Amino acid sequence: MAKEQLAYDEFMKGLWRENPVFVQVLGLCPLLAVTNSAINGLAMGLASFFVLLGSSILVSLFKSYIPKQVRISCFIIIIATFVTVVDYTLAAALPVIHKELGAFIPLIVANCLILGRMEAFASRNTLRMSVADAFGMGAGFLFALVSLGAVREILGVGEIFGFALFGANFEPWVIMILPPGGFITLGVMLLYFNWLEEKKNKIDKQLATEDGVN
Amino acid sequence: MSEDKVEQAAVVADEPSPARLIGTLAIAGLVSGIIIIAIYLATFETIKENKARELREAVFRVLPNVSKMQKLLLKEGKLEVSYKEEKGEEPIYAGYDDNNKFMGYAIPSDGPGFADTISVLYGYRPSDRKVIGMWILASRETPGLGDKIYKDAAFVANFDDLAIEPPIVATKKGKSKPNEIDAITGATISSVAVAKIINKGNDYWVSRLPEPGAEPAYVEVETPPEAEDAQAQ
Amino acid sequence: MTQKDPKLLIQPGPQLRQQMTTPVVMRDVWYALTPATLAGIWFFGLGAFLVLLACIAGAVLVEWYFAPEEKRGYFLGDGTAILTGWLLGLTLPPALPLWMAFLGGVVAVGIGKTIWGGMGANIFNPALVGRAFLLATFPIAMTTWTAPGDFFTIPSSLFALPLMTGVVDTVTQASPLGMMKFEHIDTPFIDLLFGNTSGSLGETSGLLLILGGIYLWWRRDLDWRIPVGIIGTAVIFSLILFMVDADRYPGPVFTVFSGGMLLGAIFMATDPVTSPLTRKGTWIFAIGIGLLVVLIRVFGGFPEGIMYAILLMNAATPLIDMYTQPRVFGRELDQNE
Repeated sequence: MAKEQLAYDEFMKGLWRENPVFVQVLGLCPLLAVTNSAINGLAMGLASFFVLLGSSILVSLFKSYIPKQVRISCFIIIIATFVTVVDYTLAAALPVIHKELGAFIPLIVANCLILGRMEAFASRNTLRMSVADAFGMGAGFLFALVSLGAVREILGVGEIFGFALFGANFEPWVIMILPPGGFITLGVMLLYFNWLEEKKNKIDKQLATEDGVN
Repeated sequence: MSEDKVEQAAVVADEPSPARLIGTLAIAGLVSGIIIIAIYLATFETIKENKARELREAVFRVLPNVSKMQKLLLKEGKLEVSYKEEKGEEPIYAGYDDNNKFMGYAIPSDGPGFADTISVLYGYRPSDRKVIGMWILASRETPGLGDKIYKDAAFVANFDDLAIEPPIVATKKGKSKPNEIDAITGATISSVAVAKIINKGNDYWVSRLPEPGAEPAYVEVETPPEAEDAQAQ
Repeated sequence: MTQKDPKLLIQPGPQLRQQMTTPVVMRDVWYALTPATLAGIWFFGLGAFLVLLACIAGAVLVEWYFAPEEKRGYFLGDGTAILTGWLLGLTLPPALPLWMAFLGGVVAVGIGKTIWGGMGANIFNPALVGRAFLLATFPIAMTTWTAPGDFFTIPSSLFALPLMTGVVDTVTQASPLGMMKFEHIDTPFIDLLFGNTSGSLGETSGLLLILGGIYLWWRRDLDWRIPVGIIGTAVIFSLILFMVDADRYPGPVFTVFSGGMLLGAIFMATDPVTSPLTRKGTWIFAIGIGLLVVLIRVFGGFPEGIMYAILLMNAATPLIDMYTQPRVFGRELDQNE
């Protein structure tokens, strides 16, 4: 039971409390580059999710066999293998999305989020916890990609996952699908997350002092 | 939790030999290589088919009433049917109708647009020297403005019946001559770029094409022969 | 410091009090802008006035919302937000839907100023940031210019619902710059001078903008080197081009009096926050803008270049300041290098 609780905790940590994008500000290159529509964000998020989960499982399983002197090279080989698998599978199954994402699928190898989780978590924890962590971080990254893509698509084209929202007279905000729109949207979202954090801290503090008085 | 600590301690205490380091990397590389080859072989056919289908669809789009196509390469000043994939080749495609009658060429051409290189495929009918269709293969024009060069059906329709001499001109005042197209409002640069790219393709190809009537005939192949076979034929 | 009606004022030096505070300067700029603004409203009608108000409303709202609660009165009292909205409004087409103008005001102060830490900390001119955002976001609406028309007719495009396109029902007309760039049609000088051309609200009346500039110079609120440097460079550069090929390149008079040249040179480039501090730096800054304007207009893809010219030189300002620091008196030359 206690273990169950802990795994859930690791998951929520990645999804929300230590969200890789909104709190740790990691993996911004793919984030800014491909989120001009929700569907692209979803595809990129799922690809990264798969790579992260697969690599976490392998690294966690073989952690005691990998000498620490060559661990980074081994992690990279493992990650690159999964990335290649994703790249070919996408090209075969979903050529349109593969064309949209272009060079950013191979570049998942260089996503600091994934190598970071290998080094900081999967290579030091049990398989069970590593899977929970990978699920959490992967879901957190996916959540960030899809929400950013959704905001940019809604304002930039007036659609969400390709469904028109506002009718024919909608005036698209062209900038939102261009690179500056990615930066502006990410900035506003970071602002929102920091504001939430600040608010929460204030409430915690207030509760703490009230407890002290009582 | 306790087993974690034991393992960590073991890793720290262990000072592995170089042979072990090399061995680990070699095994990792080997396994990775096998997996990558497996996935490559498993997806190769589908990826190739996807690419071929994409090209076929583009060719059929720019050449109306065409149901068959074949790749042509310029060899020593002569257009020849080719099946082989060559590096750096500059193919054009010939389209034929159901009765194997030649209908026109699909010519790829590219050039600078507003944002990045625009790749265009256009249909050309040598008998009356006209462009009969245009399709954008790849572009990164501004969404909502420049991307109208393929999203705006009215602009694409400009190229359905377009004289190539004198060179194609994009105008903002409404087209009045057979060699003029209507530029997109707010995306003049992209519109002009498409016209220039087609002119560039024509400059290169029109003089090199065989006389009308002397086009390569459609070669009926049941199953496309492999590269070596094609060479032997 | 916080005493009310003190009998004895105790404060550290300097005791000499400067009359030129931010609110005073801002009021001066308001007065200087008023004639050109009134002329613009007269030519384009009440609709233009509404666009202006929407910009100011957006700018002031953001300034108020993000100001620390206890300082809100002071933040709004200095008048910078109103001026930012006002200047932005002067650069917009008079038939722009009001929600877009409002959004421009929000972005101008929000992204142009507040996120940098408020007044004095921003790198770019806030009004121009707002305009650059609008131009990139709504490229068609931002380049639909209406001809000057009846005073009381308000274009229905103004009242487009938020997120919706405004359909322009009044007579549209290419701006003098657009006509020059794409069709090589010149516009009579007298129309450019008094502002009876299509264009944005404040881009039109050259004469009144110059009068405003002279007033600011007389009040010592404005560094004359910047407008003189910009206009001088633009005149010389365009004169050279004009002499090379008079059919292809516009003449110097057209260059100075068309588009946002005067508005930008007199009211935007001179923003003390985003222009260099040293004299030498100021000249470099002004000449850079003058060159860039002509380069962008003549060789670039846009008909108007003053906005990007000023923003680019804004970005270069810290560098210019760094390299034009005067040598500290008494220090060795080689030590300083």
